[in-house]
Amino acid sequence: MFKFIKKYAETMDNISIYPLISLMIFFIFFLALLIYVKKMDKKSVQILANIPLDVNEEQLTQPI
Amino acid sequence: MQVEKFYYDNRTVKNFAYATIFWGAIGMIAGLYVALQLVFPQLNVTQYGSFGRLRPLHTNAVIFAFVGNGIFMGVYYSLQRLLKARMYSDVLSKIHFWGWQLIIVAAAISLPLGLTTGKEYAELEWPIDIAITLIWVVFGWNMFGTILQRREKHLYVAIWFYIATLVTVAVLHIVNSFELPVSFFKSYSWYAGVQDALVQWWYGHNAVAFFLTTPYLGLMYYFMPKAANRPVYSYRLSIIHFWSLIFLYIWAGPHHLLYTALPNWAQSLGVVFSVMLIFPSWGGMINGLLTLRGAWDRVRDDVVLKFMVVAVTSYGMATFEGPMLSLKSVSAIAHYTDWIVAHVHVGALGWNGMLTFGIIYWLIPRIFKTDLYSKKLASTHFWLGTLGIIFYAVPMYWAGFTQSSMWKQFTESGQLKYAFLETVTYLKPFYAMRSLGGLLYVLGVLLMVYNIYKTVKAGELVADEAAEAAPLEKHIAQPGEHWHSKIERRPVQLMVFSLIVILIGGAIEIIPTFLIKSNVPTISSVKPYTPLELQGRDLYVREGCYTCHSQMIRPFRSETERYGEYSKAGEFVYDHPFQWGSKRTGPDLAREGAGNLKKTDGWHFRHFREPGSMSEGSIMPAYAFMLTQELDTSNTAAKIKAMRTLGVPYEKGFEYKANAHLIEQANGIVNNLKMDSIRITPNKEVIALIAYMQRMGTDITKQNQP
Repeated sequence: MFKFIKKYAETMDNISIYPLISLMIFFIFFLALLIYVKKMDKKSVQILANIPLDVNEEQLTQPI
Repeated sequence: MQVEKFYYDNRTVKNFAYATIFWGAIGMIAGLYVALQLVFPQLNVTQYGSFGRLRPLHTNAVIFAFVGNGIFMGVYYSLQRLLKARMYSDVLSKIHFWGWQLIIVAAAISLPLGLTTGKEYAELEWPIDIAITLIWVVFGWNMFGTILQRREKHLYVAIWFYIATLVTVAVLHIVNSFELPVSFFKSYSWYAGVQDALVQWWYGHNAVAFFLTTPYLGLMYYFMPKAANRPVYSYRLSIIHFWSLIFLYIWAGPHHLLYTALPNWAQSLGVVFSVMLIFPSWGGMINGLLTLRGAWDRVRDDVVLKFMVVAVTSYGMATFEGPMLSLKSVSAIAHYTDWIVAHVHVGALGWNGMLTFGIIYWLIPRIFKTDLYSKKLASTHFWLGTLGIIFYAVPMYWAGFTQSSMWKQFTESGQLKYAFLETVTYLKPFYAMRSLGGLLYVLGVLLMVYNIYKTVKAGELVADEAAEAAPLEKHIAQPGEHWHSKIERRPVQLMVFSLIVILIGGAIEIIPTFLIKSNVPTISSVKPYTPLELQGRDLYVREGCYTCHSQMIRPFRSETERYGEYSKAGEFVYDHPFQWGSKRTGPDLAREGAGNLKKTDGWHFRHFREPGSMSEGSIMPAYAFMLTQELDTSNTAAKIKAMRTLGVPYEKGFEYKANAHLIEQANGIVNNLKMDSIRITPNKEVIALIAYMQRMGTDITKQNQP
C-alpha cells in the first residue's frame, strides 16, 4: 500500500526522531496555547462561558 | 436587528432519548446475563447464547447503542440551543435516527449468529461497517449544516468536543475496518499480527476516548452549567482541556499492548502519552466539579446534580487509574485480569451511565413541559446506581489482584503454586458478587424506565419549540483580534485543525510499524495455516474465544513456566485478524499445541463436548454443537484466495487443492480419535477446531528440530 514511501522509510536510520520532533511541535503549541489562554480578555471569556445559559451581555456586566 | 423566529426540533431528541433508555436496558441486562454465565456456565444455552457471542453483544450494545444514542440525544438538544438554530435538515435527522437503530438491530442479530470480525469493539462485519460510515456522514452533514446556519457567532466549547468526536471516530472506524470480504458475512482484517494489534488498540483505546469520553465531555460542558444554572468554572481551562485531550489521547493506544510482541519504542510512546493524559483529564474533572462552586447545597436536593457529580467523580477515578494502569509495572499485574473489567465499568457505569441518567432526568421533563413524575424514585435510582457501581467494582478489583498474584506465585522449589483452573474456581464468589452489583444497577435503570414513562404520560411533547434570535451579522475583523477566537468562529477550520492534530499522533504511531521491516522480524519456520487450521481458526473467531483466552505470552517467568516460550512478533504474520485477546478468564492458548501444554486430540474433543469432564470446575461453555454441526467447506477456496491477496504465501492454484488437503488432515484427526475410542466423521466443525488448537505455537518449536 505504501510502496513508494516504504522504499525510503526502510532505509532511514533514525526514524524514531520523528515522534520526538512532533512532541516538540506540540509542546511549543501548548506553551503558545497557555500564553494565549492566560491573555484572553476577561469579558469575552465571560460571554463565551455564558452561551449555554441564555443571558445577554448587559446582565453579564453586572457582578454575578 | 430584526429578530428571527424559529423552532427547535425536540422530536428527534425525544426519539434518541427513548432509544438510549431502551438499548441501555437491553445492553445492561445482556451484561448481567454474561456476568451470571461466569458463575453458572449452564446458562450458556445453545450456540447463539454462549458467552463468546453474547459478550460482544453486551459491549457493542452498551457502547454504540446506549452511549451512542445518548450522545445523539445530548448533541441534538444542546447543539440547536448553543447555535440558536434548528437542526439543518429534518430528513437527515430522521435518516440518522432510523439508520443508527437499524445498525444496532443488525448488530443484535449478527453477533449471536457468530458473524464477527473478531476485533474487540469492532466486531461488526463489513456491510454493517459501511452502514456505520454512511450514517456517520449523515450525522456530520446535519451537524455542520446546522453550524453553518447558526445565529450565535462563537462556537461554545461543547461543540468543539462534538466536532472532534465526529472527525476522529470517522478516521478510527475507517482505518480499523479495512478488511477484505470473503462473502457477504465474512471478511478478513487487512492487517496481520502485530500491525493488526496496533491498529486495533489504537482504535480500541480511542473508541474509549472519542466515543465514550469527548462527546460526553461536550455534554458535561453543556448540561452541567444548565443543571447548576451557572457558567462553567473556567472557560480558559476548558480550552486547554480540549486541545491537550484530543492531542494526547490519540497516542495512548499501545498501552494496551505492554510486554507483548509490539516493538518497544511503540510501547514506550504509549506509556509516556498515557501518563501525560492525567493532566487534561483531571483538568476537565476539576472544571466540571467546580462548576458547582457555591451550589453544593443544591446537590443534596437536586437529583440531576447528584447523578452528574457521581459521573464526573467516576470520570476522575477512571482517568487517574488509566495512566496508572499504563505504567509497565502496573500493567504487568493488571493486564488480562478482572482489574481491567473493574476499570472500564467505573467508566461505563459511572461516567457514561450516570451522566446519561442525569441528562435524561433533566431533559425529558423540559421537552414534555411537565415535572418529573417522581423525584423520590429518581433518587432511589441514584442510590441503586451508585451502590451498584461499588458492588460491581470492589469485587472485581479484588478478583483482579487475587488472580494476578495467584498466577505469579511459585513454591519454594520453584514451581508454579497454582494451576490455572484453581484461580478460576477461586474467583467464582467474586463473579457472583459482581453480578449482584450489576443487578442493582439494572434495577435502577428499570425504575428510570417507569419514572420516565409516567412523566411522558403526564406531559405532552413540544415537538417544535419556539425560539427567537437575531441572525448572525457578517463579521468584520477587528484589529488585534486573536487567532484562536477566529478559529472559534470558523467551524470548518476547527475541524481541519483537530483532524491534523489527531492524524499526527496516529500516523507516527502506525506508519513506522508498517514500514520498518525490523519491527516484525521474520521467523523462517512460521508457515501459513493449512486449510483445515484456517477453517478452525475462523471457528475460533466465530465463537468469540478471544473474549476469554489470550494468545500472547508475556516475557515473565510466571508466564513462560506456565505457557512456554514468550510470544514473538514474527509468529503472527499470517494472523488475519490477530487474536491476542485482552482477558484471561481461561488460560493463554498461544502454545496450546506445543511443549508441555500439548494434549491429545481426544482430550480436546471431550473438552469441547463438556469442559467440566476434563477440567473439573471449568466455567467454559460446552461446544457440543460443534460435534454435530458440519464444517462449511464451500468457501475454502475463497478464503485461501483472500489470504493470498492479503500477502499470505499460498502457492498459486493451491485453492483448488485446498479441500482435498483439508479432508486428508481431517481424516488424520479422525483416526487419532478412533484410537481414543471416539467415533466421528471428518466433516464436523470440531475437527477443524482441534486442528487449529494443535497447530498453535508449534511453529517456533519446529525451528529447533533438525
